[in-house]
Amino acid sequence: MKKVKADPKGVLTGSHYLDGDYALAEGALAAGCRFFAGYPITPSTETAERFSERIPSVGGVFIQMEDELASISALIGAVWGGKKVMTVTSGPGFSLMMENIGLACMMETPLVIANVQRGGPSTGLPTLTGQQDMMQARWGSHGDYEIIALCPDSPQECFDLTIEAFNLSEIYRVPTFVMADECVGHMHEKVVIPPADKIELVERKWHKGPKDKYLPYKLDKDQIPFMIKAGDGYRFHTTGLTHDERGYPVIDAECQDVCVRHLVDKIIINADKIIKLEEEEIGDAEVVVISYGITSRVTTKAVQQARKAGIKVGTIRLITVWPFPEKRIKELAKKVKAFVVPEINYGQIVLEVERCAGGQAPAILVPHCGGGVHNPDDIFSAIKEAAK
Amino acid sequence: MTRFGDLKPKKGKIHIEKDLCKGCGFCVEYCPKDVLELSEEFNVKGYHPPVVKNEDDCLYCQLCETICPEFAIFVTQKKEEEEGEKGESRP
Amino acid sequence: MKKEDRREEKNPIQDLLRMDRIPHIWCPGCGIGTVVTSFAEALRKSEIDLDKVAVVSGIGCTGRVAGYIKLDSFHTTHGRAVPFATGLKLANPELKVIVFSGDGDIAGIGGNHFIHAARRNMDIMIICVNNFNYAMTGGQVAPTTPIGANASTAPYGNFEYPFSLPYLAEASGATYVARWTALHLRRVTKSIQEALTKRGFSFIEVITPCVTLYARRNRLGDGLNLLKYYYEKSEIQHGADTRTLDISYQGKLIVGKFIDKEKPTFLDCMNEHLAKKLGDKYQPYGVNNG
Repeated sequence: MKKVKADPKGVLTGSHYLDGDYALAEGALAAGCRFFAGYPITPSTETAERFSERIPSVGGVFIQMEDELASISALIGAVWGGKKVMTVTSGPGFSLMMENIGLACMMETPLVIANVQRGGPSTGLPTLTGQQDMMQARWGSHGDYEIIALCPDSPQECFDLTIEAFNLSEIYRVPTFVMADECVGHMHEKVVIPPADKIELVERKWHKGPKDKYLPYKLDKDQIPFMIKAGDGYRFHTTGLTHDERGYPVIDAECQDVCVRHLVDKIIINADKIIKLEEEEIGDAEVVVISYGITSRVTTKAVQQARKAGIKVGTIRLITVWPFPEKRIKELAKKVKAFVVPEINYGQIVLEVERCAGGQAPAILVPHCGGGVHNPDDIFSAIKEAAK
Repeated sequence: MTRFGDLKPKKGKIHIEKDLCKGCGFCVEYCPKDVLELSEEFNVKGYHPPVVKNEDDCLYCQLCETICPEFAIFVTQKKEEEEGEKGESRP
Repeated sequence: MKKEDRREEKNPIQDLLRMDRIPHIWCPGCGIGTVVTSFAEALRKSEIDLDKVAVVSGIGCTGRVAGYIKLDSFHTTHGRAVPFATGLKLANPELKVIVFSGDGDIAGIGGNHFIHAARRNMDIMIICVNNFNYAMTGGQVAPTTPIGANASTAPYGNFEYPFSLPYLAEASGATYVARWTALHLRRVTKSIQEALTKRGFSFIEVITPCVTLYARRNRLGDGLNLLKYYYEKSEIQHGADTRTLDISYQGKLIVGKFIDKEKPTFLDCMNEHLAKKLGDKYQPYGVNNG
């Protein structure tokens, strides 16, 4: 993979006081995103507003489309036109985008979608936080595929993880999600943006060889095909139908097998390289608290209380939620008494923890149906329960 | 100076890719000089492709080529044409 | 025009087709192939740089066009060809982007995207093949099906008012609006040629026979019968008021070029406006291309 330095035009170097939404926009610009197609939806609108304000002086296009369906379609078109692209949305818009997220997966299109989650389902709680789209990020579109999802816990991470998301999407040619939430999105904190030459970006895996030998979906050694864009004379074809190496539709079970396995395997076999976790005091832990996003900050308080009470508790913060760190959880399940999973939903990631623990350690959910963050006491009680 | 009587009509040579034909009959119907007819033979898909009745009548208008939905018939200009004449059909 | 050596025994259109996928899937007597031929002829005549042409299709019979044309081509999801084309064009304004899709795809599920792209005067061209039904899925009623016509989901005849697509295009802001039938071969070619060199949102509706479904369900005969209907009932009225272009079942077909005007495109407006507001700070984008 080819690494390049960021374009200084898009990098707002310095120390800023920004909210998470703005930090997402700044992260995108720093990562080289020069096309944004979106639709306003609370609590993510500020990202679109910020991008529309900044892009004229950086150089690129902001377009507010007529709905999220148009937004995601325009994004995919823009990637094939050669740009790095991003959009931002929340629950209802995320649902609308699902069909074309499938198209992006099928066409192996790198793009970044930020979901500033709110309480759901349906219109739900537009102005209040939730973490209720975590499973949807993984399973939202129909069919078998894999994606990458990152979870920031602060405006600083909104900036950093957006750049990371762009890099991952280019390496694996897959839609990558930044699963923020309203709390982090509307929280104002210090965001330090480094100078452009300190930001490392992954360039798109461009094909540079002869035009007549090019096959759009022929796998390279790393299982990822080389990409091109329209206008370079390749006269290529790509489709949402199951296709072969040439990009032509082939409607049979054999081609489907190859196609689907590739879309899933390219992420699974590279899971170790993709997954990022923040672990604390796991060594001799009896209870491990697994959390992500804003909940991990609330968890800190609960864990402090628990340690003071003498419980050997470790924490794992999921920076990468998808692909899920199956191996790590399986490993820990043999050693710990229980997992505690606080999340602002009625049980989503806890299901993954349970699955990976394989019955060797229970996974105790601390739910919060949305609209606010947990009371640390609830998490503390669950940790006490787990330690018994 | 070319006299009006010296002008010769263009002549065309018709090429039919029999196995692409689906027997719709558009070319036969719309040829202004009635040069084509559907044959009795079957092609590989079981359709009756067209066959040239009288090639001398073909005026290289290329209407069959343009109307065929299967890209199965095309016309080339016959070699008797004068040098320098462009191979364009009249609109 | 480049003097082609027509003494080779190869159909010249093959340069623009993915011959490894021909014969195509369209039915005998289907007009889509004819429209593709007219399109290919227009591309050749206009001498446009073919490497800079991109074709985007949606889902449906006409949606398969992208798979047969040897240009940068995209077969996208149902109804979303127009916004895909918008994104493609904005990302690379040098491209000439053509949406080649059907009436159901563009005006049904894609209706909203169609009117907004026209509203913005996006520099893209839409070739809408109108066969009055959703053919690929078996001939269901579409937003263009005439009143009284049968369709698989209107087995007693359609009772919904259909769209007049040129009217819709004009009302939404299109700068080039034309309607032809598949029989008007060379006029379709000419319209496409004009639209290829025109900046702004162009819309060309081509009414084509659908033999296996629309014609069969309505006992209209085969492709030849439908072409005969077009011949007898179509009337060229250039510049006609688009409010008068409704099509009744087997009724008069008013065809022609209705709108051909100049208007700044989306990128023109964006560049002009932002340059005015931001002065030197503004980074112009795609100037004179889109």
